[in-house]
Amino acid sequence: MGHYFAIRIGRAALTIVLVVTFAFVVLRLSGDPALMILGPEAPPEVLAAFRKAWGLDDPIWFQYLDYFGAIAKGELGRSMRDGRPAIELVLERIPATLALTLPAFAFKVALGIPAGIYAALHRGSAIDRAVMMTAVAGFTVPSFVLALLLVLVFAVQLGWLPSGGQDSWRHAILPIATLSLGGAAVLARFTRSAMLEVLGQPYIRTASAKGVPWRRVVTSHALPNAAIPTVTILGFMVGTLIAGAVVVESVFAWPGVGRLLVVAVANRDLAVVQCILLLVAMTMVTSNLIVDFLYGFLDPRLRAKGAHA
Amino acid sequence: MTPLVSIAGLSVAFSGVPVLRGVDLAIGKGEALGLVGESGSGKSVTWLAALGLLPRHAKVSGSVRLDGREILGAPAAELDQVRGGRVAMIFQDPASALNPVLTIRRQLCEALSLHRDLQGNAVKAEARRLLDLVGIPDAGRRLEAYPHEFSGGQVQRIMIAMALAGNPDLLIADEPTTALDATIQAQILELLSTVRRELGMAMVLISHDLGVVAENCDRVAVMYAGRIVEQAPSNQLFADPVHPYAQGLIGALPPLDGPRRRLTAIPGTVPDPAKMPDGCAFAPRCTLASEPCSRAAPTLAPIADGRAVACIRAEASRRALLGIAAE
Repeated sequence: MGHYFAIRIGRAALTIVLVVTFAFVVLRLSGDPALMILGPEAPPEVLAAFRKAWGLDDPIWFQYLDYFGAIAKGELGRSMRDGRPAIELVLERIPATLALTLPAFAFKVALGIPAGIYAALHRGSAIDRAVMMTAVAGFTVPSFVLALLLVLVFAVQLGWLPSGGQDSWRHAILPIATLSLGGAAVLARFTRSAMLEVLGQPYIRTASAKGVPWRRVVTSHALPNAAIPTVTILGFMVGTLIAGAVVVESVFAWPGVGRLLVVAVANRDLAVVQCILLLVAMTMVTSNLIVDFLYGFLDPRLRAKGAHA
Repeated sequence: MTPLVSIAGLSVAFSGVPVLRGVDLAIGKGEALGLVGESGSGKSVTWLAALGLLPRHAKVSGSVRLDGREILGAPAAELDQVRGGRVAMIFQDPASALNPVLTIRRQLCEALSLHRDLQGNAVKAEARRLLDLVGIPDAGRRLEAYPHEFSGGQVQRIMIAMALAGNPDLLIADEPTTALDATIQAQILELLSTVRRELGMAMVLISHDLGVVAENCDRVAVMYAGRIVEQAPSNQLFADPVHPYAQGLIGALPPLDGPRRRLTAIPGTVPDPAKMPDGCAFAPRCTLASEPCSRAAPTLAPIADGRAVACIRAEASRRALLGIAAE
């Protein structure tokens, strides 16, 4: 068991290193931060001084090693724009993002899972078709289109809700709705197909054949099995809690981590971008590890494999 | 004496395609009945339909009586009492027939608490006794194991234990040994016949293996294309099959004694259920078919004590078997 998770944790660490390396390389190849931040009219000696101050004139492999050395010491660099520690800038945005993504996650689960189960149990019914059509729509419409559509209807036409900003809880409704609908659709589809798969298994027929009432066949025989694939997608959703709202935060002018990322990329504010990416990679990897633990908990067959690995 | 279960005119159609076309069958208390036929002839569907275990889109009609009481289309609560409590069923592929994420104890005790008036520790004690009965060693410890920790033969033993949990009057064994090794097959069949004898339980053994049926059943019903074409006591059916299809099945078996002979095969294939011929479904493959065979489907008619056959050429067919020249 310990060995099984040691491998997984090693793999997770490797994933984080790869993500950070990728971000490091792409950002440095895609533009000069000095020009971006100081502007093209800045005198050459100012630009040179800026590059020297931030170590941008060092060879790229040197910068890379330097960067990892700093991370190992727990230093994530400073913003090139205002000189504050990058981690501080990012951390102060996290509550705003979680204020959107946490309620959205709760709604996704509360809507998507029951809708998927219901659709599977009433396969082919009008409600099943309605749920699936909504799910396909929610699945395929990009979140910025949905966001703009909601703004158009509820902010512009009906005037019930504000179209952007972060002044009151009412400002959070449309962004949360945008995030929830898409995610609930994905979850409904997943849950439905997981349930259908399980309901067709011989052990479901065995349970019915021994006289277990249908309701209990569903709750104590089908659901625990359908939970296994559903947990995978839930884990993915937990992984996006920190930076899953980039588009929605931008559309609704919500000052969260997502908007910070967009601004930082535009400015080539390297330390901030890398700090966010590191955080995102870490949440993703952590949620994947949690999913692996849950698999072991939900499926005794995997538990056995883990023990022998 | 009223039979334990009597099925009359049982028909099943899946989205308009008939797969069961009027099955009549009766099982007495304590009797062992074999149900044989090719895949798709409706052996399993007959019993899944009788117990209300088919998916909702299956259209089921006819009558299934248990101790004279109609159970086809009975309310769910009543059927739940029948399933497992009066009529239990075990299936072909034991590996996937048990829930992979629940312990054996959970699955066994669930059946016990549904059909037996047992409380607390008595449930677990009974579960242990059942595992002992079906020959799972170290039952107390093995109760906490999951299905994947057992071999195929052991899982089928557990399935049998679970089927016995409700003290049923009838056990439907749907190809219980098809997925198992030959040596394990014999053990499972031995176990089935032992528990049947000891508990005085009736059994329906669904199989395409005629040898298995001959050894384990008092009476045999042969199914073809959704109908029963012949019913007879086992020894009589094997010695003297009347329906040309039953003759074909038995002719395809190598004899254990007597001179070596060429095994015969039934020409052609089973008709597509969506394109059933008018009249007798076997007529297109039958060497004795005559013109009236394709007009109306023959009904199952008694030909002797305990024997019935659905063939208008029964007499000719019997003569052909005995080597008597046709008139």
